[in-house]
Amino acid sequence: MEFIGGKLLQVVIALAIFAAVIGIIMLVVDRAPKSVKDRVTVAGFLAPAAILMLVGLVYPAVRTSTLAFTDASGNANGFDNFVWMFTQPEALTTLRNTVIWTVLVPLLSTGFGLAYAVFIDKARGEKVLKSLVFMPMAISFVGAGIIWKLVYDYRGPGIEQTGVLNFFRDALGMDPKQFLLDAPENTLFLIIVMVWIQTGFAMVILSAAIKGVPVELVEAARLDGANAWQQFRNVTIPGIRGALVVVLTTITIATLKVFDIVRTMTAGNYDTSVVANEMYTQAFRAGEPGRGAALALILFLMVLPIVVYNARVLRKQREIH
Amino acid sequence: MTATPAPKEASKATRQRPGSDPTEDAQPIMRRVKTKLTSKWATAAAIIIAVVWSVPTFGLFVTSFRPAAKQVGPRSNGWWNAFVDWDFTFKNYTDVLTPAGSQSANLSQYFVNSIAIVIPVTIFVLVLASMAAYVFAWGKFKGRDALFIFVFALQIIPLQMALIPLLQFFTQTLHLPAGSYAQLWIAHTMFGLPLGIFLLHNFISEIPGEVIEAARVDGAGHSTIFWRIILPLSVPALASLAIFQFLWVWNDLLVALVFSGGTADVAPITQRLAEISGTRGARDYLNPAAAFVSIIIPLLVFFGLQRYFVRGLLSGGLKG
Repeated sequence: MEFIGGKLLQVVIALAIFAAVIGIIMLVVDRAPKSVKDRVTVAGFLAPAAILMLVGLVYPAVRTSTLAFTDASGNANGFDNFVWMFTQPEALTTLRNTVIWTVLVPLLSTGFGLAYAVFIDKARGEKVLKSLVFMPMAISFVGAGIIWKLVYDYRGPGIEQTGVLNFFRDALGMDPKQFLLDAPENTLFLIIVMVWIQTGFAMVILSAAIKGVPVELVEAARLDGANAWQQFRNVTIPGIRGALVVVLTTITIATLKVFDIVRTMTAGNYDTSVVANEMYTQAFRAGEPGRGAALALILFLMVLPIVVYNARVLRKQREIH
Repeated sequence: MTATPAPKEASKATRQRPGSDPTEDAQPIMRRVKTKLTSKWATAAAIIIAVVWSVPTFGLFVTSFRPAAKQVGPRSNGWWNAFVDWDFTFKNYTDVLTPAGSQSANLSQYFVNSIAIVIPVTIFVLVLASMAAYVFAWGKFKGRDALFIFVFALQIIPLQMALIPLLQFFTQTLHLPAGSYAQLWIAHTMFGLPLGIFLLHNFISEIPGEVIEAARVDGAGHSTIFWRIILPLSVPALASLAIFQFLWVWNDLLVALVFSGGTADVAPITQRLAEISGTRGARDYLNPAAAFVSIIIPLLVFFGLQRYFVRGLLSGGLKG
């Protein structure tokens, strides 16, 4: 275990440097002459974060936008990368898959999450039941990929199956299936992994929202003779509309950026690639930074309207409250 | 990224959570009886969902303790048979953790790397984001609100947009050594700041102004106010952000792939896991144990601090 020492030392040095920088900033702020004190404070407190965000996000975003219009050797090539993206079969598959992901994952996750939140509301052991479904949120996409590879595990027909799903197929007299290899439905089996992770998020947010719906409203609807479904449809759903929008949009954005699941489970092979994975493959594996940048730009353009919509809904809500 | 229902509404919702406790449930008996009667199917559906959601992880857990011969090869069978065979071993875990030969997964090295990456990043983000959030909440300068909205908007930029230029910047401009923690620390800190500033700003701006005014009257400077008053009062928000940041960096694969160089000196456990699970071969039986080693820390953090995690989600942040 002698390797730990060297690594620990690096961490300690980094923390010491960081502490020194922060210490100097505090010193400068305190010693600044009174006339400029406020301005020095603002600058000193803001500068480290501002510099990091400028270098790490603003500049790269601008740079990527220009990179998208260059070829592998860095020469401008107009819209070639985008033409490639919208004409080449494999690139089109990538786009198609991304669309399927962004439609199915938010709907299914929110659907399951909402149903579960309603079903276990005020049930005995609600906390434990919540934890079970919420737990995948803490697991890395890579870990989730391995967990589900095990579920989808395949052995040839006639051999004892090791994957749960093929075990059931076997028991029902069906041939075992190569869940991750058979296109195009293999994309659906990758999507299930993402749904498995995101349902917990939807459930927690929606459960809190459901508990925020005034009990008197539900009670009044019940007294008016509404049955459980009508109460849910006409009282609960309108009461949690804001939370629903937030959950749907948040999961949509997360889904657009999904990378790790595809990377670990199929590496984008067998027609399963999505934009975020293809971006990595093109830029860092295939030596095509221009194409990678173009894909990143497309990703940004797909995320943008959702975020804008989300921000507007939020602002409206704040005005009401 | 993103934000959830107005934080006030959300915190109200959490406060009403005690309703889940049957002893505090002050609802009419009639209603409870009615829910009981109509919810038989709902209960069944809930149980099915709970089972379907837990079985995959449970399967991995059981598999990780099964001997290699039961996992791969001619005598292999499904993990559910383990309860009939009753054949368990710790060998997978020792194999996965001990550095023995080039064939070894050597996971303990990568495990230490993950810790060495995640701890500094979490501290950097917490300190820098709270400093910025303090100025955005209580500083007075021109263009403050516009600048804050700009920082909020930075969350829109997908990580993917930043990777290529940032890697070029690190290696060509800063000449940071390839395969060092420094690249990962800086990159993760950069990506964590917008959400961090946003979350903490929501909290810090709600600290009563009188508290700060009183300290100022007593002659405290900005740095004293920040360290002695703002930070201690913000502990709940800091805890939420720390958990987010911790889970996010620990579970990250993309940033690691681009900036770590992939060696045992730097690469985090997720990257090693993706690597060994990506290659099919004689070591396949180690994957479940390796996966479990990598998810145990986030699971502990999650179950230990679930309250803060949920509160953080509700008050406005999930990074994607």
